[in-house]
Amino acid sequence: MSQLTPIQRCMKHLFTCIIFLMVASILRAQDPDLLSLLGSEEETTEYTVSSFKTNHVINLHSLENTPAGILDFKIAHRFGFLSGGFYDLFGLDQASMRMGFDYGVTPRLSVGVGRSTYEKTYDGYFKFKLLRQSTGKKNMPLTASFLATTALSTLKWSDPARDNLFASRLNYTFQMILGRKFSEALTLQLSPTLVHRNLVATAAEKNDVLALGAGGRFKLGRRVSLNLEYIYVLPDQLAPEYRNSLSVGFDIETGGHVFQLHLTNSTSMIEKGFVAETTGDPLKGNLHFGFNLSRVFTLVRPKE
Amino acid sequence: MSSYPVANPSVDGLNIFFDHFNLSISDWGMRMPLYYQIFQSMHYFRFLTWVVLVAGFSLSLQAQNYGTRAGKITFYSDTPLEKIEAKNESASAVLNAATGDLQFSVQIKGFQFAKATMQEHFNENYMESGQFPNATFKGKVVNMSAVNLAKDGTYPVVVKGTMTMHGVSKPIETKGQLAVAAGVVTATSTFFVTAEDYQIKIPAVVREKIAKTIQVKVNCALKKM
Repeated sequence: MSQLTPIQRCMKHLFTCIIFLMVASILRAQDPDLLSLLGSEEETTEYTVSSFKTNHVINLHSLENTPAGILDFKIAHRFGFLSGGFYDLFGLDQASMRMGFDYGVTPRLSVGVGRSTYEKTYDGYFKFKLLRQSTGKKNMPLTASFLATTALSTLKWSDPARDNLFASRLNYTFQMILGRKFSEALTLQLSPTLVHRNLVATAAEKNDVLALGAGGRFKLGRRVSLNLEYIYVLPDQLAPEYRNSLSVGFDIETGGHVFQLHLTNSTSMIEKGFVAETTGDPLKGNLHFGFNLSRVFTLVRPKE
Repeated sequence: MSSYPVANPSVDGLNIFFDHFNLSISDWGMRMPLYYQIFQSMHYFRFLTWVVLVAGFSLSLQAQNYGTRAGKITFYSDTPLEKIEAKNESASAVLNAATGDLQFSVQIKGFQFAKATMQEHFNENYMESGQFPNATFKGKVVNMSAVNLAKDGTYPVVVKGTMTMHGVSKPIETKGQLAVAAGVVTATSTFFVTAEDYQIKIPAVVREKIAKTIQVKVNCALKKM
Protein backbone atom coordinates (compact mmCIF):
# COMPACT_ATOMS: atom_id res chain seq x y z
CA MET A 1 0.00 0.00 0.00
CA SER A 2 1.82 3.08 -1.15
CA GLN A 3 1.48 6.23 0.90
CA LEU A 4 -0.38 9.29 -0.35
CA THR A 5 1.57 12.51 -0.45
CA PRO A 6 0.32 15.22 1.90
CA ILE A 7 -1.25 17.12 -1.01
CA GLN A 8 -3.03 14.03 -2.22
CA ARG A 9 -4.35 13.34 1.28
CA CYS A 10 -5.55 16.93 1.57
CA MET A 11 -7.37 16.69 -1.76
CA LYS A 12 -9.02 13.48 -0.71
CA HIS A 13 -10.29 14.95 2.53
CA LEU A 14 -11.50 18.16 0.88
CA PHE A 15 -13.39 16.24 -1.76
CA THR A 16 -14.99 14.07 0.92
CA CYS A 17 -16.16 17.09 2.89
CA ILE A 18 -17.75 18.72 -0.13
CA ILE A 19 -19.60 15.55 -1.08
CA PHE A 20 -20.73 15.01 2.49
CA LEU A 21 -22.15 18.55 2.74
CA MET A 22 -24.01 18.17 -0.53
CA VAL A 23 -25.54 14.87 0.50
CA ALA A 24 -26.42 16.16 3.95
CA SER A 25 -28.23 19.19 2.58
CA ILE A 26 -30.21 17.03 0.20
CA LEU A 27 -31.12 14.53 2.91
CA ARG A 28 -32.25 17.34 5.21
CA ALA A 29 -34.45 18.65 2.41
CA GLN A 30 -36.44 15.41 2.54
CA ASP A 31 -38.74 16.82 5.27
CA PRO A 32 -38.94 20.36 4.04
CA ASP A 33 -40.82 23.41 5.12
CA LEU A 34 -42.21 23.88 1.63
CA LEU A 35 -44.14 27.01 2.53
CA SER A 36 -40.91 28.88 3.26
CA LEU A 37 -40.02 28.37 -0.41
CA LEU A 38 -42.80 30.81 -1.26
CA GLY A 39 -40.57 33.50 0.14
CA SER A 40 -41.58 36.11 2.66
CA GLU A 41 -44.95 37.73 2.17
CA GLU A 42 -45.10 41.37 1.26
CA GLU A 43 -45.99 43.26 4.39
CA THR A 44 -49.62 44.30 4.77
CA THR A 45 -51.17 46.64 7.28
CA GLU A 46 -53.28 44.92 9.89
CA TYR A 47 -55.85 47.21 11.50
CA THR A 48 -56.73 46.49 15.10
CA VAL A 49 -60.27 45.24 15.56
CA SER A 50 -62.54 44.53 18.51
CA SER A 51 -61.06 47.00 20.97
CA PHE A 52 -64.45 47.28 22.66
CA LYS A 53 -67.44 45.02 22.12
CA THR A 54 -69.62 47.95 21.07
CA ASN A 55 -69.30 51.66 20.33
CA HIS A 56 -69.90 52.75 23.92
CA VAL A 57 -67.75 52.16 26.97
CA ILE A 58 -70.69 52.72 29.34
CA ASN A 59 -71.86 56.31 28.88
CA LEU A 60 -68.84 57.46 26.91
CA HIS A 61 -68.47 56.78 23.22
CA SER A 62 -65.70 54.23 22.72
CA LEU A 63 -63.01 54.27 20.05
CA GLU A 64 -64.93 51.67 18.05
CA ASN A 65 -67.20 52.75 15.23
CA THR A 66 -70.27 50.99 13.95
CA PRO A 67 -68.99 48.88 11.02
CA ALA A 68 -69.91 50.06 7.52
CA GLY A 69 -73.40 49.08 6.38
CA ILE A 70 -74.49 48.05 9.88
CA LEU A 71 -77.46 49.52 11.74
CA ASP A 72 -77.11 49.31 15.50
CA PHE A 73 -80.33 49.66 17.49
CA LYS A 74 -79.52 50.94 20.97
CA ILE A 75 -81.61 51.04 24.10
CA ALA A 76 -80.10 52.58 27.21
CA HIS A 77 -81.94 52.36 30.49
CA ARG A 78 -81.18 53.82 33.89
CA PHE A 79 -83.34 52.85 36.86
CA GLY A 80 -83.66 55.11 39.93
CA PHE A 81 -81.05 55.55 42.65
CA LEU A 82 -80.27 52.48 44.75
CA SER A 83 -80.57 54.75 47.78
CA GLY A 84 -84.33 54.78 47.18
CA GLY A 85 -84.39 51.66 49.28
CA PHE A 86 -86.70 48.68 49.29
CA TYR A 87 -89.83 50.83 48.94
CA ASP A 88 -88.74 51.82 45.45
CA LEU A 89 -87.23 48.38 44.95
CA PHE A 90 -83.82 49.99 44.87
CA GLY A 91 -84.70 52.28 42.02
CA LEU A 92 -86.51 49.83 39.80
CA ASP A 93 -89.69 51.91 40.05
CA GLN A 94 -88.16 54.88 38.26
CA ALA A 95 -86.60 54.85 34.87
CA SER A 96 -84.78 57.07 32.45
CA MET A 97 -84.37 55.76 28.95
CA ARG A 98 -82.73 56.54 25.62
CA MET A 99 -83.52 54.86 22.30
CA GLY A 100 -81.24 55.35 19.36
CA PHE A 101 -80.04 54.15 15.98
CA ASP A 102 -76.38 54.18 15.00
CA TYR A 103 -75.33 53.59 11.43
CA GLY A 104 -71.92 52.99 9.90
CA VAL A 105 -71.63 55.02 6.71
CA THR A 106 -68.04 54.04 6.01
CA PRO A 107 -65.50 52.16 8.14
CA ARG A 108 -64.34 55.57 9.42
CA LEU A 109 -67.60 57.49 9.69
CA SER A 110 -70.63 56.60 11.76
CA VAL A 111 -73.73 58.66 12.52
CA GLY A 112 -76.57 58.28 14.96
CA VAL A 113 -79.82 59.72 16.27
CA GLY A 114 -81.68 59.12 19.48
CA ARG A 115 -84.18 60.34 21.99
CA SER A 116 -83.91 60.39 25.76
CA THR A 117 -86.75 60.63 28.23
CA TYR A 118 -84.51 62.86 30.40
CA GLU A 119 -85.67 66.39 29.52
CA LYS A 120 -87.26 64.86 26.40
CA THR A 121 -84.05 65.33 24.48
CA TYR A 122 -83.41 64.46 20.85
CA ASP A 123 -79.79 64.01 19.90
CA GLY A 124 -77.75 63.34 16.81
CA TYR A 125 -74.05 62.76 16.29
CA PHE A 126 -71.34 61.90 13.85
CA LYS A 127 -68.10 60.18 14.74
CA PHE A 128 -65.09 60.16 12.46
CA LYS A 129 -62.03 57.96 12.89
CA LEU A 130 -59.01 60.08 12.12
CA LEU A 131 -56.35 57.53 13.00
CA ARG A 132 -56.71 53.76 13.18
CA GLN A 133 -54.45 51.61 15.31
CA SER A 134 -52.53 49.24 13.08
CA THR A 135 -49.44 47.03 12.88
CA GLY A 136 -47.41 45.83 9.92
CA LYS A 137 -46.65 48.06 6.98
CA LYS A 138 -48.26 51.09 8.62
CA ASN A 139 -47.58 51.25 12.31
CA MET A 140 -50.02 53.40 14.28
CA PRO A 141 -49.97 53.06 18.07
CA LEU A 142 -53.42 54.48 18.76
CA THR A 143 -56.88 55.16 17.42
CA ALA A 144 -58.08 58.76 17.34
CA SER A 145 -61.72 59.62 16.73
CA PHE A 146 -63.59 62.90 16.64
CA LEU A 147 -67.15 63.05 17.99
CA ALA A 148 -69.58 65.92 17.52
CA THR A 149 -73.08 65.78 18.96
CA THR A 150 -76.09 68.09 19.10
CA ALA A 151 -78.80 67.75 21.73
CA LEU A 152 -82.21 69.42 21.57
CA SER A 153 -84.33 69.50 24.68
CA THR A 154 -88.05 69.66 23.96
CA LEU A 155 -89.53 70.28 27.41
CA LYS A 156 -92.27 72.91 27.53
CA TRP A 157 -90.97 76.26 28.71
CA SER A 158 -91.24 76.66 32.46
CA ASP A 159 -92.36 80.30 32.00
CA PRO A 160 -94.08 80.74 28.61
CA ALA A 161 -94.54 84.48 29.17
CA ARG A 162 -90.80 85.12 29.00
CA ASP A 163 -88.97 85.70 25.77
CA ASN A 164 -87.83 82.11 25.22
CA LEU A 165 -85.38 81.48 22.40
CA PHE A 166 -85.27 78.26 20.47
CA ALA A 167 -81.48 78.33 20.63
CA SER A 168 -81.76 77.93 24.40
CA ARG A 169 -82.80 74.35 23.84
CA LEU A 170 -79.59 73.43 22.04
CA ASN A 171 -76.41 71.90 23.46
CA TYR A 172 -73.29 70.83 21.61
CA THR A 173 -70.53 68.46 22.55
CA PHE A 174 -67.13 68.03 20.92
CA GLN A 175 -64.92 65.16 21.94
CA MET A 176 -61.64 63.62 20.89
CA ILE A 177 -61.38 59.92 21.63
CA LEU A 178 -57.82 58.65 21.94
CA GLY A 179 -57.39 55.01 22.72
CA ARG A 180 -55.31 51.93 22.29
CA LYS A 181 -55.91 48.22 22.43
CA PHE A 182 -52.95 47.10 24.50
CA SER A 183 -53.72 43.40 24.31
CA GLU A 184 -56.61 41.03 23.76
CA ALA A 185 -57.54 41.64 27.39
CA LEU A 186 -56.98 45.39 27.84
CA THR A 187 -58.12 48.52 26.01
CA LEU A 188 -57.80 52.05 27.43
CA GLN A 189 -58.98 55.39 26.13
CA LEU A 190 -58.97 59.08 27.02
CA SER A 191 -61.75 61.44 25.95
CA PRO A 192 -61.05 65.15 26.31
CA THR A 193 -64.45 66.81 26.00
CA LEU A 194 -65.94 70.24 25.47
CA VAL A 195 -69.66 70.65 26.25
CA HIS A 196 -71.28 73.87 25.12
CA ARG A 197 -74.68 74.70 26.55
CA ASN A 198 -76.46 77.65 25.03
CA LEU A 199 -78.45 78.28 28.21
CA VAL A 200 -77.37 77.42 31.73
CA ALA A 201 -79.40 77.54 34.93
CA THR A 202 -77.41 80.18 36.85
CA ALA A 203 -74.66 82.69 36.18
CA ALA A 204 -72.33 80.63 38.36
CA GLU A 205 -72.31 77.87 35.74
CA LYS A 206 -70.15 78.13 32.66
CA ASN A 207 -71.64 77.66 29.21
CA ASP A 208 -68.46 75.90 28.05
CA VAL A 209 -67.45 72.96 30.19
CA LEU A 210 -64.12 71.21 29.73
CA ALA A 211 -63.70 67.67 30.97
CA LEU A 212 -61.45 64.66 30.57
CA GLY A 213 -63.03 61.26 30.37
CA ALA A 214 -61.15 58.01 30.85
CA GLY A 215 -62.45 54.55 30.08
CA GLY A 216 -61.21 51.05 29.79
CA ARG A 217 -62.22 47.49 29.30
CA PHE A 218 -60.74 44.33 30.74
CA LYS A 219 -61.76 41.25 28.85
CA LEU A 220 -62.65 38.50 31.30
CA GLY A 221 -63.57 35.81 28.80
CA ARG A 222 -64.39 35.42 25.14
CA ARG A 223 -67.79 37.04 25.56
CA VAL A 224 -67.58 38.97 28.82
CA SER A 225 -65.68 42.11 29.75
CA LEU A 226 -65.46 44.53 32.65
CA ASN A 227 -65.79 48.22 31.74
CA LEU A 228 -64.80 51.22 33.84
CA GLU A 229 -65.34 54.88 33.20
CA TYR A 230 -64.60 58.16 34.97
CA ILE A 231 -65.12 61.69 33.76
CA TYR A 232 -63.19 64.45 35.47
CA VAL A 233 -64.67 67.93 35.03
CA LEU A 234 -62.13 70.74 35.37
CA PRO A 235 -62.76 72.84 38.48
CA ASP A 236 -64.75 76.10 38.70
CA GLN A 237 -67.08 75.36 35.86
CA LEU A 238 -70.19 73.86 37.43
CA ALA A 239 -72.39 74.57 40.43
CA PRO A 240 -71.22 72.74 43.60
CA GLU A 241 -73.94 70.07 43.53
CA TYR A 242 -72.63 68.56 40.28
CA ARG A 243 -70.09 65.75 40.45
CA ASN A 244 -67.79 63.73 38.23
CA SER A 245 -69.36 60.76 36.50
CA LEU A 246 -68.29 57.29 37.60
CA SER A 247 -69.52 54.06 36.05
CA VAL A 248 -68.61 50.38 36.26
CA GLY A 249 -70.19 47.54 34.40
CA PHE A 250 -70.06 44.27 32.47
CA ASP A 251 -70.43 43.67 28.76
CA ILE A 252 -72.00 40.36 27.80
CA GLU A 253 -72.16 39.38 24.18
CA THR A 254 -74.52 36.77 22.80
CA GLY A 255 -75.03 36.19 19.08
CA GLY A 256 -76.22 39.51 17.62
CA HIS A 257 -76.68 41.34 20.94
CA VAL A 258 -74.36 43.08 23.35
CA PHE A 259 -75.76 43.62 26.86
CA GLN A 260 -74.05 46.16 29.07
CA LEU A 261 -75.06 45.97 32.72
CA HIS A 262 -73.68 48.66 34.99
CA LEU A 263 -73.84 50.95 37.96
CA THR A 264 -73.49 54.67 37.30
CA ASN A 265 -74.11 57.90 39.16
CA SER A 266 -75.23 59.76 36.00
CA THR A 267 -78.90 59.92 35.14
CA SER A 268 -78.62 61.17 31.57
CA MET A 269 -77.18 59.06 28.79
CA ILE A 270 -76.02 61.85 26.49
CA GLU A 271 -72.76 63.78 26.77
CA LYS A 272 -74.27 67.06 27.88
CA GLY A 273 -76.08 65.23 30.68
CA PHE A 274 -73.54 62.86 32.10
CA VAL A 275 -70.58 65.27 31.82
CA ALA A 276 -72.14 68.43 33.19
CA GLU A 277 -75.26 67.35 35.10
CA THR A 278 -74.31 64.38 37.25
CA THR A 279 -75.62 64.72 40.79
CA GLY A 280 -75.33 61.23 42.26
CA ASP A 281 -72.93 60.75 45.16
CA PRO A 282 -71.69 57.13 44.94
CA LEU A 283 -70.84 57.02 48.64
CA LYS A 284 -74.45 57.87 49.54
CA GLY A 285 -75.76 55.06 47.35
CA ASN A 286 -76.89 57.44 44.64
CA LEU A 287 -76.09 54.98 41.93
CA HIS A 288 -78.35 53.94 39.08
CA PHE A 289 -78.44 50.34 38.06
CA GLY A 290 -78.76 50.41 34.30
CA PHE A 291 -78.25 48.54 31.08
CA ASN A 292 -77.38 49.30 27.49
CA LEU A 293 -78.69 46.98 24.85
CA SER A 294 -77.23 46.84 21.37
CA ARG A 295 -78.70 44.85 18.49
CA VAL A 296 -76.99 44.93 15.08
CA PHE A 297 -78.65 44.53 11.70
CA THR A 298 -76.70 44.22 8.46
CA LEU A 299 -78.27 46.66 6.03
CA VAL A 300 -75.61 46.71 3.34
CA ARG A 301 -73.59 43.60 2.63
CA PRO A 302 -69.97 44.14 1.59
CA LYS A 303 -69.36 43.70 -2.16
CA GLU A 304 -68.13 40.23 -3.14
CA MET B 1 9.89 -5.98 -17.02
CA SER B 2 6.56 -4.95 -18.53
CA SER B 3 6.86 -2.24 -21.12
CA TYR B 4 3.57 -0.59 -20.35
CA PRO B 5 2.59 1.25 -17.21
CA VAL B 6 0.58 -0.70 -14.66
CA ALA B 7 -1.82 1.56 -12.80
CA ASN B 8 -1.43 1.58 -9.02
CA PRO B 9 -4.97 1.83 -7.71
CA SER B 10 -4.31 4.11 -4.81
CA VAL B 11 -1.75 6.49 -6.17
CA ASP B 12 -1.50 6.55 -9.92
CA GLY B 13 -4.99 7.92 -10.48
CA LEU B 14 -4.17 11.07 -8.57
CA ASN B 15 -0.79 11.32 -10.24
CA ILE B 16 -2.48 11.26 -13.60
CA PHE B 17 -4.81 14.03 -12.37
CA PHE B 18 -1.86 16.20 -11.39
CA ASP B 19 0.19 15.34 -14.49
CA HIS B 20 -2.75 16.15 -16.73
CA PHE B 21 -1.10 18.97 -18.49
CA ASN B 22 2.06 17.00 -19.04
CA LEU B 23 0.32 14.10 -20.65
CA SER B 24 1.79 12.92 -23.89
CA ILE B 25 0.61 10.39 -26.46
CA SER B 26 2.63 7.23 -26.11
CA ASP B 27 3.27 4.16 -28.32
CA TRP B 28 0.38 2.26 -26.74
CA GLY B 29 -2.03 4.30 -28.76
CA MET B 30 -4.61 6.74 -27.59
CA ARG B 31 -4.88 6.85 -23.90
CA MET B 32 -8.37 6.33 -22.62
CA PRO B 33 -10.15 9.59 -21.72
CA LEU B 34 -8.60 10.94 -18.58
CA TYR B 35 -11.61 10.79 -16.34
CA TYR B 36 -12.38 7.19 -17.26
CA GLN B 37 -8.81 6.24 -16.53
CA ILE B 38 -9.01 7.75 -13.08
CA PHE B 39 -12.45 6.24 -12.60
CA GLN B 40 -11.14 2.76 -13.49
CA SER B 41 -8.21 2.91 -11.21
CA MET B 42 -9.38 4.64 -8.04
CA HIS B 43 -12.01 2.85 -5.96
CA TYR B 44 -12.50 5.86 -3.83
CA PHE B 45 -12.92 8.15 -6.82
CA ARG B 46 -15.54 5.76 -8.21
CA PHE B 47 -17.50 5.88 -4.98
CA LEU B 48 -17.48 9.65 -4.86
CA THR B 49 -18.61 9.90 -8.47
CA TRP B 50 -21.66 7.75 -7.90
CA VAL B 51 -22.59 9.76 -4.81
CA VAL B 52 -22.37 13.03 -6.73
CA LEU B 53 -24.49 11.65 -9.57
CA VAL B 54 -27.22 10.41 -7.27
CA ALA B 55 -27.22 13.60 -5.22
CA GLY B 56 -27.36 15.73 -8.33
CA PHE B 57 -30.25 13.74 -9.71
CA SER B 58 -32.31 13.96 -6.55
CA LEU B 59 -31.45 17.64 -6.22
CA SER B 60 -32.85 18.27 -9.66
CA LEU B 61 -36.07 16.49 -8.66
CA GLN B 62 -36.36 18.65 -5.50
CA ALA B 63 -36.51 21.77 -7.61
CA GLN B 64 -39.96 21.01 -9.04
CA ASN B 65 -42.24 22.94 -6.71
CA TYR B 66 -45.61 24.43 -7.56
CA GLY B 67 -47.03 27.13 -5.31
CA THR B 68 -49.33 30.07 -4.87
CA ARG B 69 -50.16 32.87 -2.43
CA ALA B 70 -53.66 33.41 -3.79
CA GLY B 71 -55.36 30.12 -3.06
CA LYS B 72 -59.13 30.15 -2.45
CA ILE B 73 -60.54 28.43 0.61
CA THR B 74 -64.23 28.69 1.52
CA PHE B 75 -66.25 27.09 4.25
CA TYR B 76 -69.98 26.66 4.65
CA SER B 77 -72.21 25.75 7.57
CA ASP B 78 -75.85 24.99 6.83
CA THR B 79 -78.60 24.73 9.43
CA PRO B 80 -82.32 25.50 9.21
CA LEU B 81 -81.71 28.53 11.46
CA GLU B 82 -78.66 30.08 9.88
CA LYS B 83 -76.34 29.79 6.89
CA ILE B 84 -72.74 30.73 7.54
CA GLU B 85 -70.32 31.21 4.67
CA ALA B 86 -66.85 32.69 4.47
CA LYS B 87 -64.14 33.01 1.85
CA ASN B 88 -60.37 33.45 2.02
CA GLU B 89 -58.56 34.29 -1.20
CA SER B 90 -55.01 34.54 0.07
CA ALA B 91 -54.12 31.04 1.14
CA SER B 92 -50.53 29.85 0.64
CA ALA B 93 -49.98 26.41 -0.86
CA VAL B 94 -46.94 24.49 -2.09
CA LEU B 95 -46.79 21.12 -3.85
CA ASN B 96 -43.57 19.20 -4.45
CA ALA B 97 -43.98 17.48 -7.79
CA ALA B 98 -41.47 14.74 -7.07
CA THR B 99 -42.36 13.66 -3.54
CA GLY B 100 -46.00 14.74 -3.46
CA ASP B 101 -45.48 16.80 -0.28
CA LEU B 102 -48.34 19.25 0.02
CA GLN B 103 -48.59 22.15 2.47
CA PHE B 104 -51.22 24.83 3.01
CA SER B 105 -51.32 27.83 5.30
CA VAL B 106 -54.25 30.22 5.67
CA GLN B 107 -54.68 33.30 7.86
CA ILE B 108 -57.86 33.11 9.95
CA LYS B 109 -58.35 36.87 9.91
CA GLY B 110 -58.41 36.67 6.11
CA PHE B 111 -61.80 34.95 6.00
CA GLN B 112 -64.40 37.41 4.73
CA PHE B 113 -68.03 37.13 5.83
CA ALA B 114 -71.09 38.94 4.51
CA LYS B 115 -71.89 40.14 8.05
CA ALA B 116 -69.25 42.13 9.92
CA THR B 117 -70.43 40.97 13.34
CA MET B 118 -70.27 37.36 12.21
CA GLN B 119 -66.66 37.92 11.17
CA GLU B 120 -65.89 39.54 14.51
CA HIS B 121 -67.45 36.69 16.49
CA PHE B 122 -65.70 34.09 14.32
CA ASN B 123 -62.32 35.64 15.13
CA GLU B 124 -62.90 36.73 18.73
CA ASN B 125 -65.13 34.03 20.20
CA TYR B 126 -64.66 30.88 18.14
CA MET B 127 -61.28 30.72 16.38
CA GLU B 128 -59.51 33.09 18.85
CA SER B 129 -57.37 34.25 15.94
CA GLY B 130 -55.41 36.60 18.20
CA GLN B 131 -53.89 33.51 19.78
CA PHE B 132 -53.97 31.18 16.77
CA PRO B 133 -53.51 33.32 13.68
CA ASN B 134 -53.12 30.55 11.08
CA ALA B 135 -54.54 27.21 10.11
CA THR B 136 -52.08 24.87 8.38
CA PHE B 137 -52.07 21.53 6.63
CA LYS B 138 -48.91 19.47 6.19
CA GLY B 139 -49.25 16.27 4.24
CA LYS B 140 -48.69 14.30 1.11
CA VAL B 141 -50.41 13.25 -2.05
CA VAL B 142 -50.45 9.51 -1.47
CA ASN B 143 -50.69 8.45 -5.12
CA MET B 144 -48.27 11.03 -6.57
CA SER B 145 -46.66 8.40 -8.76
CA ALA B 146 -49.91 8.12 -10.73
CA VAL B 147 -49.80 11.85 -11.46
CA ASN B 148 -47.81 13.26 -14.35
CA LEU B 149 -47.72 17.02 -14.00
CA ALA B 150 -46.02 17.40 -17.34
CA LYS B 151 -49.11 16.14 -19.13
CA ASP B 152 -52.41 18.08 -19.27
CA GLY B 153 -55.31 16.28 -17.68
CA THR B 154 -57.27 15.67 -14.51
CA TYR B 155 -55.83 13.34 -11.90
CA PRO B 156 -57.89 12.17 -8.91
CA VAL B 157 -55.68 12.09 -5.83
CA VAL B 158 -55.80 11.01 -2.21
CA VAL B 159 -54.24 13.44 0.27
CA LYS B 160 -53.20 12.45 3.76
CA GLY B 161 -51.69 14.61 6.45
CA THR B 162 -52.10 16.72 9.59
CA MET B 163 -54.41 19.72 9.93
CA THR B 164 -53.55 22.25 12.65
CA MET B 165 -56.26 24.72 13.64
CA HIS B 166 -57.03 26.61 16.87
CA GLY B 167 -53.88 25.09 18.33
CA VAL B 168 -55.03 21.50 17.81
CA SER B 169 -53.47 19.04 15.30
CA LYS B 170 -55.49 16.21 13.82
CA PRO B 171 -54.73 13.70 11.06
CA ILE B 172 -57.00 13.96 8.07
CA GLU B 173 -57.38 12.07 4.81
CA THR B 174 -59.38 13.28 1.89
CA LYS B 175 -59.92 12.91 -1.85
CA GLY B 176 -59.09 15.68 -4.23
CA GLN B 177 -58.17 16.50 -7.76
CA LEU B 178 -55.14 17.91 -9.56
CA ALA B 179 -56.03 19.43 -12.91
CA VAL B 180 -53.09 20.29 -15.16
CA ALA B 181 -53.56 22.79 -17.96
CA ALA B 182 -51.00 25.07 -19.57
CA GLY B 183 -48.42 24.56 -16.85
CA VAL B 184 -50.80 25.49 -14.02
CA VAL B 185 -51.84 22.82 -11.54
CA THR B 186 -55.27 23.47 -10.02
CA ALA B 187 -55.68 21.62 -6.76
CA THR B 188 -59.28 21.21 -5.62
CA SER B 189 -60.89 19.33 -2.79
CA THR B 190 -64.04 19.31 -0.67
CA PHE B 191 -63.96 17.87 2.80
CA PHE B 192 -65.68 18.17 6.17
CA VAL B 193 -64.30 19.41 9.45
CA THR B 194 -65.85 18.99 12.89
CA ALA B 195 -65.45 22.11 15.02
CA GLU B 196 -65.49 20.07 18.22
CA ASP B 197 -62.37 18.15 17.13
CA TYR B 198 -60.37 21.36 17.25
CA GLN B 199 -61.74 22.48 20.64
CA ILE B 200 -63.80 25.26 19.07
CA LYS B 201 -66.45 25.84 21.69
CA ILE B 202 -69.99 26.56 20.57
CA PRO B 203 -72.27 27.77 23.38
CA ALA B 204 -75.64 26.11 23.87
CA VAL B 205 -77.47 29.34 22.92
CA VAL B 206 -76.29 29.16 19.31
CA ARG B 207 -75.76 25.42 18.94
CA GLU B 208 -78.69 25.08 16.54
CA LYS B 209 -77.24 27.79 14.31
CA ILE B 210 -73.89 26.14 13.60
CA ALA B 211 -73.60 22.80 11.82
CA LYS B 212 -71.75 19.98 13.58
CA THR B 213 -69.61 19.37 10.49
CA ILE B 214 -68.52 22.24 8.32
CA GLN B 215 -67.89 21.89 4.62
CA VAL B 216 -64.51 23.24 3.45
CA LYS B 217 -63.72 23.80 -0.22
CA VAL B 218 -60.19 24.30 -1.48
CA ASN B 219 -59.35 25.67 -4.92
CA CYS B 220 -55.72 26.65 -5.50
CA ALA B 221 -54.08 27.40 -8.85
CA LEU B 222 -50.47 26.36 -8.34
CA LYS B 223 -47.79 27.76 -10.61
CA LYS B 224 -44.24 26.54 -11.07
CA MET B 225 -41.97 28.25 -8.55
